Amino acid sequence: MDDWREAQEVLVMDGGIKVPYSWSAGETGTTYLESLRDDKKFLGTRCPECGIVYHIPRRNCPDCFSECAEWVELGSSGELVTYTITRKHHPQLSPLKGVFGYAVIKLDGADTGFVHLISEFDESQLAKGARVEAVFAGEREGSILDVRYFRPVKAVS
Amino acid sequence: MEPVAIVGVGMTKFERDRVRDTFGDLVFEACTRALDDAGMTIDDIDIVLTGSNDFFDGRTISSMAIMDACGSYDKNVSTVEGDGTFGAAHAVMRVLAGWGTCLYCAHHKGSESVMPLITNAMFDPIYERFLGIDSVTSAALQARAYMDRYGVTEEQCAQVSVKNHGNAFKNPYAQLPLQLTIEDVLASPYVADPIKLLDCCPISDGASAVVIAGAQRAKALDAKPAWVKGIGYNCDAYHLGDRDLSKVDALQAASKTAYAQAGISDPAKEVDLAEVHDTFTYLELMAIEGLGLCRMGEAGEFTAFGNTAQDGRLPVNASGGCISSNPVLVAGLNSIIECALQIRGDAGEHQVDGVKTAVAQGVNGPCGQSQCVWVLGGDE
Ligand SMILES: [Zn+2]
Repeated sequence: MDDWREAQEVLVMDGGIKVPYSWSAGETGTTYLESLRDDKKFLGTRCPECGIVYHIPRRNCPDCFSECAEWVELGSSGELVTYTITRKHHPQLSPLKGVFGYAVIKLDGADTGFVHLISEFDESQLAKGARVEAVFAGEREGSILDVRYFRPVKAVS
Repeated sequence: MEPVAIVGVGMTKFERDRVRDTFGDLVFEACTRALDDAGMTIDDIDIVLTGSNDFFDGRTISSMAIMDACGSYDKNVSTVEGDGTFGAAHAVMRVLAGWGTCLYCAHHKGSESVMPLITNAMFDPIYERFLGIDSVTSAALQARAYMDRYGVTEEQCAQVSVKNHGNAFKNPYAQLPLQLTIEDVLASPYVADPIKLLDCCPISDGASAVVIAGAQRAKALDAKPAWVKGIGYNCDAYHLGDRDLSKVDALQAASKTAYAQAGISDPAKEVDLAEVHDTFTYLELMAIEGLGLCRMGEAGEFTAFGNTAQDGRLPVNASGGCISSNPVLVAGLNSIIECALQIRGDAGEHQVDGVKTAVAQGVNGPCGQSQCVWVLGGDE
């Protein structure tokens, strides 16, 4: 039995699933992304009960389950909570060319962090708590990639 | 908890590119072994539960496609699309609900698709997915947060790779036994800092199965039961920026529940062995701390002193862990099976002496969002 199994080349069918989706950003997400697109401004939502300012904004507070109806304008800079530099990345997943990384960034005025790209850095500039600023795309279309990436804030000389 | 036991276990060998076997072939192999181990036939099974993931399998309702391979026709069937620790917890609940004896199997073939593209798709399609983040880059964010918080070094993480790949030599089911030094791990290339190639698990194919029965049935069998003493599971935030990635809140909460059920008040003293989720080396250190086996931030030193070695005071991943074979979803079930085998004294070459209480841990979701803890024991 083993003999023919070893000799037999098993057939493999190549295929894939390709299904287009159209995901709604919802009313809260649309307000947020419109503000990035039209005004280059980050918005968060504040929980009326615990006072936490959420960025990415959301409709309800996951902690206390209250509705977060109040919008708060946030800074376009903030600090690195944690980061990584990608060294070996799947080409289909690389939105930037050259050296880039990912970070959890807490924007000024927000209590939660969010994940975005980092680029235009020297490795020595990256550390927990380091200041970073948003670099906006020239042509913006209402997507999270209207912010191209974050880069270290240049020291004021 | 009412007494429930694992009365049969079965695993396939884990390998990359198991091209000769379909999903169904793997499931059949694992289920047959579990039934043999329990001294049962498929006719003795009342409930069948399967675990799989549609994206990995490349078919929707993937759980239903292998029903013929696990002998489920005319049986009470349900499916769990999460890690095996959660699936097996569901199996226990079905047994406790009085539906009878349960066969639970989980399968995975990582080699048939493209891992980074699939793990990228677990992230939010509006805010995160376009950024191209995947399981490795997100783990790297957590690794740095954890290492920064406690001053954990890359060398301390590397110990986990050396230890677990070495342990895998004694486990015939493990995929990737490797003789490594800390220097080898440190010299391997960065994939996403601070994670290096030898900090990462491989891509694996395989399946596992368990038979779970209530006390009456378990005691009537010739099989050696491993008793389920406690199970806890808890969830944390989905968005990575919403939680402190350096913390293990969900794991601590799940441990607390599982230990309380098991009557364990001091896990560091009462647990004899642990099988934990170590797809990346830092995760084993976080798991040891989250499970209360040492103090927070001290797992690196705890490991350096040899405590978690196969012959240490509290062996962790004596099987070689996920870093030696990582069939996604099956991985947590493997941890449970390894604990059961250790308690029975049937772990073969990697048997640890005197295991009376063993703990298995599994995770679901990005960066261990959801955590499941099992306590198994030798006595009802
Ligand atoms: Zn609130």
